[in-house]
Amino acid sequence: MAIDSLPGSRSANAGLLSTLRLDGPLLMGLLALSLFGLIVVYSASGEDSGLLVRQLVRMGLGLAVLVTLAQMPPALLRSWSPWLFLGGLFLLLLVLFVGETGKGAQRWLNLGIVRFQPSEMMKLVVPMALAWYLHERHPPPRWWQILLMLFAIAIPVALIVRQPDLGTALLVASAGFFVLFLAGLRWRYMIGGLIAIAAALPVLWAHLHEYQRQRVLTFLNPESDPLGAGYHIIQSKIAIGSGGFFGKGWTEGTQSQLQFLPERSTDFIFAVLGEEFGLMGVGILILIYLFVFWRGMVLALRAQDNFGRLVGGSLMLTFFVYIFVNTGMVTGLMPVVGVPLPLVSYGGTSMVTLMAGFGILMSINSHKRFMP
Amino acid sequence: MSNHLHIRDHEQDRRLFSRRALMAGVVATGLLLLLLSRIFILQVVEHQHYATLADGNRVRVEPIPPTRGLIYDRHGSVLAENVPNYQLELIPEQVEDITEVLNTLGDIIEIQERDRERFFRLLSSQRRFQPIPIRQNLSEEEIARFSVERQRFPGVEIRARLARHYPQGAMTAHLVGYMGAISREDLARIDRSRYSGTNQIGKSGIEFSYEPILHGGAGSRRVETNAQGRIIRTLEVREPAVPGDDIYLSIDIELQRTAWEAMEGKQGAVVALDPKDGSILAMVSRPAYDPNILAESLDRATFRQLETDPGRPLFDRATRGRYPPGSTVKPFLGLAGLDATDLNPDRPLRCTGEFFVEGRDRPFRDWRREGHGPTDFNKAIVESCDIYFYELAMRLGIDRIHQYLTAFGMGARAGLDIPGESAGLIPSRDWKRRALGESWYHGETVIAGIGQGYMLATPLQLAKSTAALANRGELRRPRLLYGVRNAFTRELEAMPPPEAYRSELLDGINGANWQRTIDAMVDSIHTPRGTGRSISFTAPYRIAGKTGTAQVFSLGEDEEYEHEELAIHLRDHALFIAFAPAEDPQIVLSVLVEHGGGGGSVAAPIARQVMDKYLLERKESHNGD
Repeated sequence: MAIDSLPGSRSANAGLLSTLRLDGPLLMGLLALSLFGLIVVYSASGEDSGLLVRQLVRMGLGLAVLVTLAQMPPALLRSWSPWLFLGGLFLLLLVLFVGETGKGAQRWLNLGIVRFQPSEMMKLVVPMALAWYLHERHPPPRWWQILLMLFAIAIPVALIVRQPDLGTALLVASAGFFVLFLAGLRWRYMIGGLIAIAAALPVLWAHLHEYQRQRVLTFLNPESDPLGAGYHIIQSKIAIGSGGFFGKGWTEGTQSQLQFLPERSTDFIFAVLGEEFGLMGVGILILIYLFVFWRGMVLALRAQDNFGRLVGGSLMLTFFVYIFVNTGMVTGLMPVVGVPLPLVSYGGTSMVTLMAGFGILMSINSHKRFMP
Repeated sequence: MSNHLHIRDHEQDRRLFSRRALMAGVVATGLLLLLLSRIFILQVVEHQHYATLADGNRVRVEPIPPTRGLIYDRHGSVLAENVPNYQLELIPEQVEDITEVLNTLGDIIEIQERDRERFFRLLSSQRRFQPIPIRQNLSEEEIARFSVERQRFPGVEIRARLARHYPQGAMTAHLVGYMGAISREDLARIDRSRYSGTNQIGKSGIEFSYEPILHGGAGSRRVETNAQGRIIRTLEVREPAVPGDDIYLSIDIELQRTAWEAMEGKQGAVVALDPKDGSILAMVSRPAYDPNILAESLDRATFRQLETDPGRPLFDRATRGRYPPGSTVKPFLGLAGLDATDLNPDRPLRCTGEFFVEGRDRPFRDWRREGHGPTDFNKAIVESCDIYFYELAMRLGIDRIHQYLTAFGMGARAGLDIPGESAGLIPSRDWKRRALGESWYHGETVIAGIGQGYMLATPLQLAKSTAALANRGELRRPRLLYGVRNAFTRELEAMPPPEAYRSELLDGINGANWQRTIDAMVDSIHTPRGTGRSISFTAPYRIAGKTGTAQVFSLGEDEEYEHEELAIHLRDHALFIAFAPAEDPQIVLSVLVEHGGGGGSVAAPIARQVMDKYLLERKESHNGD
């Protein structure tokens, strides 16, 4: 892995990338993931080319957002952070009252032409707001600072849980926590927090939606309900397991092509990959993910200031949570939580958000030389 | 970590961040490797297990129902065939709102109210995963319309299946029978493995009695199905189905048609058989029903309508109808009298039209009020003198009457190879005591002499007994099966005729008495005073026959006709039995027309038409057989 090679600065052929303030290796990794995703989505959708085109359009949109954000100076992004955070909270409240319902949850704001999911932008805005707060306050954070920040995380997370959208809430909370962690949150606070969470679990359980509880229960014993809630996990494990080392071949997966596998182009696309491309395909995908992850971490490490470092690092760790929660769910290691496989799953909003995150990362990385 | 040092140095900030980032990165990488090892276990270590589960999901073993054998007449005309029938089916467990789907389907395919009724009746009685037919006999246009919109209707499918079709329709309905859904009783007697994938079974007639030959055996195939259970493709035929063999019947469809048309507008039956081997040449019962309507419409209303029709079209009069044989019994009793009593056939008895029995004031009357005058054996049969046979019956006594008629095959099932035959009834003292708990009266013996009273016979029995008369005591079980054609070799194997059997009683009758009786039957057709003289004109062959006119009013216990109109109810049944040519019998006939009137005027002409058709046209074509 060329994680240490410097971004475009010294190589002649990287002139354009450098001009656009893009990181070559990271962009290559993202494109590789997207391409991989297109191939699998095409197969998972039953060779639906219309769906493929829609996915391509989203990729284009995501890339446009990435390039745009890469041009923004980090200082500008930083100064916007608190306002974006307050705006996001407002939109979340708006969703609570006038939002549109889909799949049993109220997540959407209808803006006329596009439907917009405010919870999605909180994945970026929460870590940015926390990093803005910590920017001038040198780490590690004090206890009252921590409490303030936990409060800032808890409000949007609670609103998102209420929608309910457990997957997004989990990602927003992670993103916020990672900022605290990277800022040097003391271990004893973390251990204390863990104990507090363990104590709060029963209370949380009581507030979960019936389907969410079912998911957890099913996760603990999928075979208890093989035709109902456990069906997803059982079928996806069968799909992956039956793929073997080399897989059944592209568009040849019986579990996915014969529709035994639910949600196969979205949340469970990893199972399609496992079935059709086997351990080989899975291994390659995970290597690309590792490459993107480490390249992103390197960019964060090279950031000039606290804001850049914390936002960059938090976004990359959240990226990892995406991967791990999704693959863990599909392979039966974790409960079914609606988190897409980043950049591979079919679906618009998360693709754009992720690309936006990588755009911010590139902005942080590319502007340092001009803002010493 | 240090608690007290507050490092205000950027380099320190960076170092703290780097430590934490590296730590998180390593943990993340470790977790991903853990994940990879989890996938390794799934995909490599436990691969076989999951591969088996995946195949279990998609692969299903489906039965291949066999093609049912066809039914032909003896010359190879098709009586029952298989035609493709496109059926629209719905699998309840795959449809959320069934009523809504039916309504939407109604825009594409015509769904009538009775289709809906049948559908919802089946819906409540079948399991959720079993397909339920909505419509049958879809037209090509309807199939095309549905195929275009198929995606809109998950759980709804068009299934092509072979349905039974009977090209001769009502004409052969009672013989060939029909098919119906396999019932619980059917399941008890069939080998289920041979019937997997089949949902119809022969319910009556040949379809029922030769079910094991016609059906064949189910095969099996491995198919790939999707999650909705729809078959995507056949992976492998594990065992091909064994098609059923074809069956040839002894009937000649042209002769059947002649008999059918001769009975047009009448209620009754015609049985024609070949006395040489007992095979049925034609067997008609009218009114009849169209078995195709029964096969195509699954609704019970059609069936119930047929069941409650006052003409009783479902009822096979030829094998099940029990009628007083009337005067057709006279040749048999005459022969018994010649054999068993000191009756001198040449000595005339005086027939005054009245016959008195001890202890009864009112006389038994002859059908001709003024009587027949001096009447010998021949004249008694030719003119069908009742008084002569009253006297003869008294001489024989009821038990000997029972003995002889039973020896001729009456009072017991004829043994035809389709189900449902009636036994008829030849009374005896013993029978009356057992069945009614009463003793026998002389008067009952008297009317037994003219085939009235308790005595009942089916048209088929009469034909069998007449054949025994024509063969001078040789009996044969009548049979419809003519041959079986193997489904693979396509070779027709002729079935040997059923063994003839004789009885000591009939063997003891001397040849002169047989001849005298048969001569009298010939004279009853071919002499000017014979009751069957109307059919003798221009006959190029000699017919031996006997007319019968059975009085219905004496049938107090016969409930079959009680709902009918009174005037018709009182009219006599017309009967006729015959064989021809008299010297070398080749066809035996029995004809019955319910409430038809005189046997000579109504039943005999029908027999003549059938005999002419057979002996003058059809017989030649048999020589090659």
